[in-house]
Amino acid sequence: MTDIYDLVVIGAGPGGYVAAIRAAQLGMRVACVESEKALGGTCLRVGCIPSKALLESSHRFHDAKHGFSGHGIKVSGVELDLPTMMSHKDTTVKGLTEGVAFLFRKNKVDRVNGFGRITSPTTVAVRADDNERTLQTRRILIATGSTPVSLKGVTVDENRIVTSTGALSFPEVPRHLIVIGAGVIGLELGSVWSRLGAKVTVLEYMDRILAGMDAEVANAAQKLLAAQGLEFQLGRRVQGATVQGNEVVVEHANAAGEVTTTRGDRLLVSTGRRPFTDGLGLDAVGVKLDGRGRVEVDGQFQTNVKGVFAIGDVIRGPMLAHKAEDEGVAAAEIMATGHGHVNYAAIPAVVYTFPEVASVGKTEEELNAEGVPYKKGSFPFKANGRAKAQRATEGFTKILVHEKTDRILGAHIIGPQAGDLIQEIALAIEFEGSSEDVARTSHAHPSLSEVVREAALATQGRAIHN
Amino acid sequence: MSFNLVVPPVGESVVEVTISEWQRKEGDFVDKDELVVTLDSEKTSFELPAPQAGVIKKIFKKAGETAPIGAVLAELEPGARPAAATPPTKPAAAPAAPAATLPPLSQPPAAAVGAGMAAAPVNPAARSLAAQHEVDLGAVTGTGRGGRVLKEDVQRTIETRSIPAPAPVVAPAPAPRPTGDRAERVVKMTPLRRTVAARLVQVQNEAAILTTFNEVDMSGVMALRERYKEKFTEKHGIKLGFMSFFVKAAIEALKAFPAVNAEIRGDSMVYKEFYDIGVAVGGGKGLVVPVVRDADKLSFAALEKTIAEYGKRARENKISMEELQGGTFTISNGGVYGSMLSTPILNPPQTGILGMHNIIERPVGVNGQIVLRPMMYLALSYDHRAIDGREAVQFLIRIKECIESPERLLLEV
Repeated sequence: MTDIYDLVVIGAGPGGYVAAIRAAQLGMRVACVESEKALGGTCLRVGCIPSKALLESSHRFHDAKHGFSGHGIKVSGVELDLPTMMSHKDTTVKGLTEGVAFLFRKNKVDRVNGFGRITSPTTVAVRADDNERTLQTRRILIATGSTPVSLKGVTVDENRIVTSTGALSFPEVPRHLIVIGAGVIGLELGSVWSRLGAKVTVLEYMDRILAGMDAEVANAAQKLLAAQGLEFQLGRRVQGATVQGNEVVVEHANAAGEVTTTRGDRLLVSTGRRPFTDGLGLDAVGVKLDGRGRVEVDGQFQTNVKGVFAIGDVIRGPMLAHKAEDEGVAAAEIMATGHGHVNYAAIPAVVYTFPEVASVGKTEEELNAEGVPYKKGSFPFKANGRAKAQRATEGFTKILVHEKTDRILGAHIIGPQAGDLIQEIALAIEFEGSSEDVARTSHAHPSLSEVVREAALATQGRAIHN
Repeated sequence: MSFNLVVPPVGESVVEVTISEWQRKEGDFVDKDELVVTLDSEKTSFELPAPQAGVIKKIFKKAGETAPIGAVLAELEPGARPAAATPPTKPAAAPAAPAATLPPLSQPPAAAVGAGMAAAPVNPAARSLAAQHEVDLGAVTGTGRGGRVLKEDVQRTIETRSIPAPAPVVAPAPAPRPTGDRAERVVKMTPLRRTVAARLVQVQNEAAILTTFNEVDMSGVMALRERYKEKFTEKHGIKLGFMSFFVKAAIEALKAFPAVNAEIRGDSMVYKEFYDIGVAVGGGKGLVVPVVRDADKLSFAALEKTIAEYGKRARENKISMEELQGGTFTISNGGVYGSMLSTPILNPPQTGILGMHNIIERPVGVNGQIVLRPMMYLALSYDHRAIDGREAVQFLIRIKECIESPERLLLEV
């Protein structure tokens, strides 16, 4: 008798592996197909996790050199040991990817190594080396994620010209790192190498950084990062890049078409990511894509082909690991019980620069465009005791509420631990709370979270410490 | 765990409804989405379905009573249909079931757990606001997940409670009662009348309403109509009326003066690049203004058919809330009741409303001669905050031109 799975998940990134585990918890017989040797997908292997390891290490290095003196700690002879820093990163990644393998065993999810291709709504062919085997299944979940988009005139060799993957493993600190794209990845990795001593030039096509995030916050981020040494050249259209020995030469033009040449020794292309469906066999079974190459799904994450589902970066919505996880859980629950839940209005997004930039819900620009009447309350970290003690007083918290009902519509934070502070507002939005609900909740003193409460009070013009 | 049937938020300005008729009685079983009760709101009637299957345990509001948005109308006990009348059953959702018994793929989402349970959680700001205004939290229906009471739910309760029975304009000192037979009859205003009243006062307070007039010689349109009325009816199965001409003429004028097809939103002027024209039609409950969507894309015949269909449905009170909302400009016609001249009131947030009136033969001077012509007075009420006087006057002249020489509509000149 052939084994028939209840669910075959293609892709073991944060969306896919979480969906597989949740489905197994709900009693399904599940296989998860992954072509990489390590589980965890882009996020664990070459994305969120290794970049956070480097951001943390490089921040400590930078802090030791520049931040300690202000606290009265004299250090001398601070030296970078890049191989050890890289091995800390690798150990972090290894621990987590092996953790996923352990969770698969614990939950009896069959891990199938190889490249998965859908051959019918109930079969997935898996090719590993030169062998191909076919899995029989009742349902298929596409969780193949995304891959960096390429830029015309720029050929990635993952040595001199790299994507985020290469920029996580430079053999030495670049002398001059050129970054194309002032999005999350460009700013995070640009920060890492800048702290470690590289000159960093960021070329951005738009006239602002962090497109899509709240403009006031993005503007503040640009100023703070520029003060740290990142050079921003906005409104630049990159026309091409060539490797000349150990140099990379980038040609870019302004709006008027005037071409400038920038020379560096490494080039990071971080201009965005596209859904990854190459070789997945979607044509063969007729799974529909939208105009931007994303797999079309309904409210239940089902594609136009019955029994074939999709979640994460490969479908609509922000390309965020936690969004994919939430969808993975919801999709598994929908398959097993008929209902699951993802609240797209309450998905936080974080940029792990220093200070961090975090956001949840609507931006001011979105509310203006939608004509929603709103009030805002802002509060600066410089008036917060804990931030002062940390000597991390840059930034502010901004909360946006409906003018009439006081319902929280969005929050935007730039400041120390913004990525953790934003979670309070995500929870408040999930509970359909008002700024007064947040303000009435006790906040420990002295803590950074007091800034969130003061911003909530400020929407009513009632901030205490400002 | 029982669940409640509550009055849903039906529209921006609707604050309460009247219970028209219960389709089911206490003790009856109702299926999910089965219609349970008919409610009347300001301008329309609608039927409320059961949020999930169950048996009606208790009905709190009888037919004829009013209830605010969010009020509990009935309490239901979830359960399966009694065995006798069992329809083909769907398998119940079985979370954590072994693989062999997984529900089929096509199974619809299981119903959410009932809202409005007795001890619904209350958000802190809602609790505080309720205390300040002495609102009984037990009487507030939470609209948050799981029946959670939000600050806005308490706000709504307070607002509903404090809506003044409008216009006790001046509570007059009890006048000396005239002697003799001077009987009075006190009739409570319907929710419709009260909402209309509140809205009318509101727009008068907020907008700077001004009216400009003109007159239009209808002989051109009448001649055209006379010439083609039989052919038109034959071809399209509908009579060629005046309304289609006025809608077309109004759209020509709106295109020329975009500020009339606009609204004020905060500090901004919002210009609408679509033409959803509200057309007043007489209904069973008075004049209603259903909206003809994308009227600029409709032919004369399509306009006449749409308006006639609205007229028919208005007489049957079958016009839905959505059909009354979101117009960008309104055409009112007091002429059908014989009005000679009026100053219509804006339909917020619109900035303009055209008033049509009766057609009367009046002596007018034409080429030095006094002749009788079928004339109609036109009125444009407008929000002077958004529209300049010059624009308003020229807007009306543009309509006059298009009606007096209907061929202009064809040539767009």
